[in-house]
Amino acid sequence: MPAALGALLLGGPLVALLLRAPWIALPALLAGPVVLPALGLSLGTALASTAICLLVGVPLAAALAGSDGWPLPLRRAARALVATPLVLPPVIGGIALLLLLGRTGLLGRPLLAAFGIGIPFSTTAVVLAQAFVGLPFTVLSVEGALRGVDPRFPAAAATLGASPWIVFSRVVLPLAAPGVAAGAVLSFARALGEFGATITFAGSLPGVTQTLPVAAYVALTDDLPAALAIAVLLVVVSAAVLVSLRERWLVGLRP
Amino acid sequence: MTRRPLAVVLAAVAVLALAGCAEPASDAAPAATASATASASATPTAAALSGTIVVDAAASLSGVLPPIATAFEQAHPGTTVRLTFGGSSALAAQIVAGAPVDVFAAASTKTMQTVSDAGLAAAGPVVIARNELEIAVPPSNPGKVTGLADFADGARTIVVCDAKVPCGAAAQRVFALAKVAAKPDSYEPDVTSVLNKVELGEADAGLVYRTDVLAAGGRVKGIPFPEAAKAITAYPIAPLKGSAHSALAAAFVDEVVQHGAARLRAAGFLGP
Amino acid sequence: MSGALEAVLGVRRGAFTLDVRLELAPGTVLALLGRNGAGKSTALAALAGLTALDTGRIVLDGHVLDDAAGGRLVPPERRPVGTVLQSAALFPHLTALDNVAFGLRTAGASREAARHRAMHALERDGLADLADRRPAALSGGQAARIALVRTLVREPALLLLDEPLAAIDAEQRPPLRERIAARLAAFPGSTVLVTHDVRDAAVLADEVAVLDGGRLVQRGPLAALREAPASETVARLVEG
Repeated sequence: MPAALGALLLGGPLVALLLRAPWIALPALLAGPVVLPALGLSLGTALASTAICLLVGVPLAAALAGSDGWPLPLRRAARALVATPLVLPPVIGGIALLLLLGRTGLLGRPLLAAFGIGIPFSTTAVVLAQAFVGLPFTVLSVEGALRGVDPRFPAAAATLGASPWIVFSRVVLPLAAPGVAAGAVLSFARALGEFGATITFAGSLPGVTQTLPVAAYVALTDDLPAALAIAVLLVVVSAAVLVSLRERWLVGLRP
Repeated sequence: MTRRPLAVVLAAVAVLALAGCAEPASDAAPAATASATASASATPTAAALSGTIVVDAAASLSGVLPPIATAFEQAHPGTTVRLTFGGSSALAAQIVAGAPVDVFAAASTKTMQTVSDAGLAAAGPVVIARNELEIAVPPSNPGKVTGLADFADGARTIVVCDAKVPCGAAAQRVFALAKVAAKPDSYEPDVTSVLNKVELGEADAGLVYRTDVLAAGGRVKGIPFPEAAKAITAYPIAPLKGSAHSALAAAFVDEVVQHGAARLRAAGFLGP
Repeated sequence: MSGALEAVLGVRRGAFTLDVRLELAPGTVLALLGRNGAGKSTALAALAGLTALDTGRIVLDGHVLDDAAGGRLVPPERRPVGTVLQSAALFPHLTALDNVAFGLRTAGASREAARHRAMHALERDGLADLADRRPAALSGGQAARIALVRTLVREPALLLLDEPLAAIDAEQRPPLRERIAARLAAFPGSTVLVTHDVRDAAVLADEVAVLDGGRLVQRGPLAALREAPASETVARLVEG
């Protein structure tokens, strides 16, 4: 019974959304000038932010997985830090990113002064906002996978002459690959649906920062059918990408 | 007993689903849920005003309505007015989609029109105030903005409301009137977002309402411009159909129409 | 012949203390016999470099591998020591061939050269037809033999075997024991074999060292220990 309620909670809104979607007008709505650029931008930025999540999230996860020797307060602080984007409302996360990287921000001001680089209102800002909210999913998933690797395998690798880096890259990471893939998929999905931090940190400019969720929200303000059409597209695209990524990344990793 | 909580949960789920994309306005969802619970359990009493009403209002009214609501609650013990502020187009979309709301106050007649067109207005909307745009710049005015013409400069960081929301529609009108080819860096979903970006110093200039500049105190500087007078927005208010406390909703609308004028003027609004 | 070992192994783990002196002549096989928790695996981990000594030192063929007092610790990957861990511990994501090639790649061989030599080593032990299999598709006995090839192909001076037959079905043990014995006979280095089964020691080892409570209680040829066990524990361990 609780399982059925859970399924209802997850599936109910989706069903309601699909029932209300303007199916007949859908092609026309999606072919309009707004949706396609937003779709391209969404896919591109979500892929880029997933790459960033993996690039910085895997080392972070490795550090956390090896943190059992750290003092307890430090360990707790590290864990809380990783969870921050999960508990922070995305809009506040966007404000925090502005305060850090905005042109009057902690790092943003020197960055602008030294290199003339302004991050807010750029596609880079979209990617950073997505990476910020997606990173916990990568880190937590990868850390769990790394901890799940049987310690005999890295030990065996070391006795076979493997340096710590080779042990990690050739043995531990491949064995944790399903968890890494799951983390990437979750981060990607989170990035694809990211709205609050994006609108706050990057704004909304078609073709530059207006991703699908932002376009959906803006459309919602005066055109519910258009918003529903974008929502349907978002659901279909995420489902398709998640399924295909899952297939591709997990095939061949199983023993 | 088992069926009703489930129905409430389902209603909440539906509301959450509809509000799903609307994160800045997401506090609307819990408020709406609370009202669904209240209207499901409250026993309607005939004469005396009592109960809880949900009032959705344009973000720019957020400085004015709370004291009016408090005064109303004190004048009518046993009543509660739950205020939700957001982009008025987003609020209208939620109302049209079935969010349980008793009173709606919009930042444009066009937005109110979507609600009355859906047959949801219980009485004709009444305009309670008018507002006009003003340029907002950070206090130090780093972009050295002097007028609307500076909005065409690609080197300055410019933010305005999206044309789909009232403040954005007004912005497009003043640009057309001033023959300025504006090059915004972002079309924000509501006027609060525009104001925030100016306040944080991320934008050199934004177009907001005169009342927003006043409410922000010294945190932004306002620059009036002549075209604003030709793109004035109206604020209509209306009680909504389907309210479980329609008498209370009508009474609150009356209160705002009859006694809100002074507060609205003090906040910088123009008379109706 | 190589593998001359002089070791004083001191490791503290909470209430447990390992304190064992081990000497090994080149080319010999020593069985560490003992009950669970006697300190056998800890001693092996210290020799392998997976556990650092708290006291004592390890010298192999004149090279100091670990010296608690002198602050010298050679990490496992730089020791001329080969270790076969319990249950073979073949990498599940690699084929048998790539498992064997792994330790050659770490020694600097190209992928091609490593695979070539690995294939050759598998052929020599009659395991070539298993080269393309993943560990999940191998029997316990096959995995144990491939793990031994994987370790020996690196030509270590000292070979460490941790319960090589523990995970094997009882009826498969005797033939596998014979194969390992044959393989050890051709191995020029010395070997430390950890086991709780005296039959392993009887077939594979030149000498037996009995550990109990982290201490070496008796050492000598198995026959000598059977003849004159130093304690009740030794007597029980070496009987059969």
